[in-house]
Order: sequence, then C-alpha cells, then structure tokens
Amino acid sequence: MKKPWLSYPYILWMTIFIIVPLVLVLYYSLTVKVDGTVVFSLDNFAKVMQPIYLKVLWRSVVLAVASTVICLVLGYPVAMILSGRDLSRKNTLVMLFVIPMWMNFLLRTYAWMTLLDRKGVINLLLGSIGLPQANILYTDWAVILGMVYNFLPFMVLPIFSVLSKIDRSLIEAAEDLGSNSFKVFIRIIFPLSLPGVVSGITMVFMPAVTTFIISKLLGGSQYTLIGNLIEDQFMRVYDWNFGSALSIIMMLMILASMALMSRYDKEEAGGGLI
Amino acid sequence: MNKALKRLYLFIIFLFLYAPVATLIVFSFNSSKSRANWGGFTFRWYSELFHDKQIMNSLYYTLAIALLSSLIATIAGTAAAVAIHNMKKTIRSFVMNVTYLPVLNPDIVTGISLMILFIFIRLDLGFLTLLLAHIAFNIPYVILSVLPKLKQLNKHMYEAALDLGCEPVKAFFKVILPEIMPGIITGFLLAFTLSLDDFIISFFTTGSGVSTLSITVYSMARRGINPKINALSTLMFIAVLGLLLVINKRSSANNKNETARIGNLI
Repeated sequence: MKKPWLSYPYILWMTIFIIVPLVLVLYYSLTVKVDGTVVFSLDNFAKVMQPIYLKVLWRSVVLAVASTVICLVLGYPVAMILSGRDLSRKNTLVMLFVIPMWMNFLLRTYAWMTLLDRKGVINLLLGSIGLPQANILYTDWAVILGMVYNFLPFMVLPIFSVLSKIDRSLIEAAEDLGSNSFKVFIRIIFPLSLPGVVSGITMVFMPAVTTFIISKLLGGSQYTLIGNLIEDQFMRVYDWNFGSALSIIMMLMILASMALMSRYDKEEAGGGLI
Repeated sequence: MNKALKRLYLFIIFLFLYAPVATLIVFSFNSSKSRANWGGFTFRWYSELFHDKQIMNSLYYTLAIALLSSLIATIAGTAAAVAIHNMKKTIRSFVMNVTYLPVLNPDIVTGISLMILFIFIRLDLGFLTLLLAHIAFNIPYVILSVLPKLKQLNKHMYEAALDLGCEPVKAFFKVILPEIMPGIITGFLLAFTLSLDDFIISFFTTGSGVSTLSITVYSMARRGINPKINALSTLMFIAVLGLLLVINKRSSANNKNETARIGNLI
C-alpha cells in the first residue's frame, strides 16, 4: 500500500479548501484598500483595539463564561444522576436528553422568543399565579438562557460518559475505608471526572463565544457579540478587511483556549462528542 | 441526594429542554398566525405545507446537499484516510494538523474563509459552492472516524491476501474495506447529520435562490416564522423520534450495556 501518489489528491484538496481560504482571510486582515490599490497595513487590528470593539469582545467572553459556568453547575448533577445506578430505564433517560438536539436549533431558539415574549407563555403562567412579569427577552439574560439551553447537552454528555466509566470498586474501597459520600465525591468521583469536565467546558465555551444567531434572535437588533460583528462586516458593511481581522482574532482565541484545555485532557477520556 | 430529589431535578431539567419543543408542536396546530395568541385548533398548516414552494424547495436543497455532500465526503474521506495512514510520519502529522483545523475552527471562520475563496476564484455563490463547502467541512470528520479503524487493522491480513495471489485493489476491497466499514458508516452518519443541521457555513456560502431549511428559518425569524415551518419541524421531529426508538429497541435487545455507547455516539 505504500504508494505516495495516493495522497496527492487529498493534499491538493486540503490546500485549496483549508489552507488557501485561511491564507486569504489573513491576507485581507493585513491589507487595506487605498485609492483602489491594496497596501499592507495593521490598521484593521488597530481598529479592533478601539474601545467600542474591545467592549464587544469583552461582552462575548463574559457571556460565554457565564453560560459555561451555568451549564457546568446545572449539568454536572444531571450527568451524575444519569450515570447513577439507582435509576431504572437509564438508557431511555439519556435518549430523552439528546432528542431535543435533533430539532433544528434555530427553531428551538426561535421557540424561546415565543416563550419569553411580553405576552408569552411564561408571563401568562407567572401572571396566573400572581407573580410579577419577567421581561427578559432582548436582554443579556435571554442570550445567556439561549446559550445554556442550546449547549447544556455538550456539557452533560462528556461528563456522563466519563462518570459511567468510573470503576465502582474505587468508590466502594473509599467507602470501606470510612469516607462519607461527600468525601467520596470530592476525593474520588470529581477528580476522576475532570477530563469530562474539561471537554465539556471547551465544547460549551467554543460555540458560545462565537455564536451570532442566539444573540441576534434573543438579544434584540442593536445587540452585538463578536460573531455578530463579523457577520455584519461580511453581509452588510462589506468591510472584509476588518471582518477578517476579527476572524483571525477569534480563531487565535479559540485555538489558544483549545491548546490550554488539551493540556488538562491528556487521557482523552472525555471525547464523548465527535 | 435522595431518589425523589433526583427525580424532581431531572424533571425540571427535562421541562427546560422540552419547553421550546412542546411550544413549536403546540403552535403548529394554532389557527392564528401570531406566535403570541392561541386562535383555536387546526390542521391547516399541515395540509398547506406541501403546497408551499419556498419550504418544499428548501427541504429539497437541505436533503440533496446533506445526502450528496456526505456521500462524496465519505468516499473522498475514506480514500484520504487510507492515504494518510500510509504517509511518512513527518508529513502525516502536518496533514493531520491541517485536517483538524476545520474541526477546531469556529464555524463562522470556516464559513467566511470559504466564502472569500469562492468569490476570489469567481465562482458564483449557489448550489455548487454550497455543496463544495459542505464536502469541505465533512471530509475531516470522515477521516477522523476512519483513521482509528485503520490503526487497529492487522496489516498482516493484507499481506497475506497479496501472498495468496490477490491483486492489491481486490485485496483492498476484500480485506481492508470490510474491516474499516464501521468507521466509514460512523463517518457517513456524522457527516450527514452535521450537514443537515448546519446553518452558519451554509449561510455564508450559498447564493440567492438556493436556501436550506435553516436559512429559510433564519430569514423568517425576525418577522415571525410561518406556522407551516412549525408543522414541518413537528413532522421531522416525530420521524427522528420514531427512528431513534426503533434503533434503541434493536440495540438494547442485542446489547445490555448501551449507556456509554449512546454517550459516545451522539
């Protein structure tokens, strides 16, 4: 099977569809058009450093971190309960957890607009039991809710898959040696589940920090995250150079955080998703 | 935590997960077009759905792109995986690093980079660019599913086939292909679902007149989604649910300890 020519088509394909496009993005980010001629410039990156754009960058990171933390806090117990032994029909429950993901995610996000609307279902219910109205649609909270809703399974599944592989005899041994269940969790279960937690965090943070749809639907029209900013540069403002610079920065951010995370994920036990 | 508390917690989480799904299904029977009022029960949207040109067109494009791109990506990706497997170590690690890029990169960056490429080489944005983009982001997933199977392969089997007088091509199809088939099927399914569900990359690489369901939904979302879309997604949801139940029933009959595998599969 040692035929080197076999690999030429793929190397060619890879060059055209992976390397060249990224080089083009880099090219646009490093150039500006002056009087119809293209010149090298760092202006696009300087523009990113302007306060209004730094604020957008900062807000994207804050919202993504917030929703990642909420996903972890909500999701870890779910993974623990699902991987526990004292529940019947566990397979069905795991299945039930995944099924909503099979509905188009734009539609599910849109459905939250219906639920959160000023005259929507949630306010109707709140009103009927005499509670004050909650008008969170088109605010930060709605965006965080949308992120948590869409990405919660990405947190639960890797943790679940690590937790269900934990050797029960370790837990039994700890119990035999006199640990209470809290101590067993802190000393045994949680450290062993860390690879799952790390890949869960990566898998929630990545799409959350790059999304432009959730913020667009739930965050109102003037609402911007870095994803919206990039989309605007390419689809409305047509400033490809600035858009490319933003993309390069986003890419570096993501690749750096992946590299950082992979250092804690050497065992590869958490590769549940993809 | 005691059992009742666990159940209550799971119940609340499931309520959270299913509230939007239930909303969509309920509103597909709503005779009022508004997403805020209930105007009475109707099947109208279901019957009108099949006469709606825009929706039927996007359904057609969604399925055509998903099927074509995943089939092509599966064949090309498998060939690429075999080629990568036989590369020298230094080239292999370079090629693998590049292959990982679209998997790690945010979709929006992949989308705009491909859009820039297509415009740069003066390819009109439309069906072809959409298809090429989908193939491009599907191939790495196929490679990543097939490569582990190639690594597990016993290389002496192939040599044995050659020793016994088999042509190299025939030996590949008779010996190697059946062994790596599970990886190829996983890769195909992964590519198909990713392509079906994609919005971001399609959004940047398609042109006027060619839109997938996700794009149609997105363009509708601001001014209010047509209830026919709710009807369509209810039907698709039921289809997927039925399919999953059948698969689940079959595999749990064959295999008792399935939980970890479900976690890995999806």
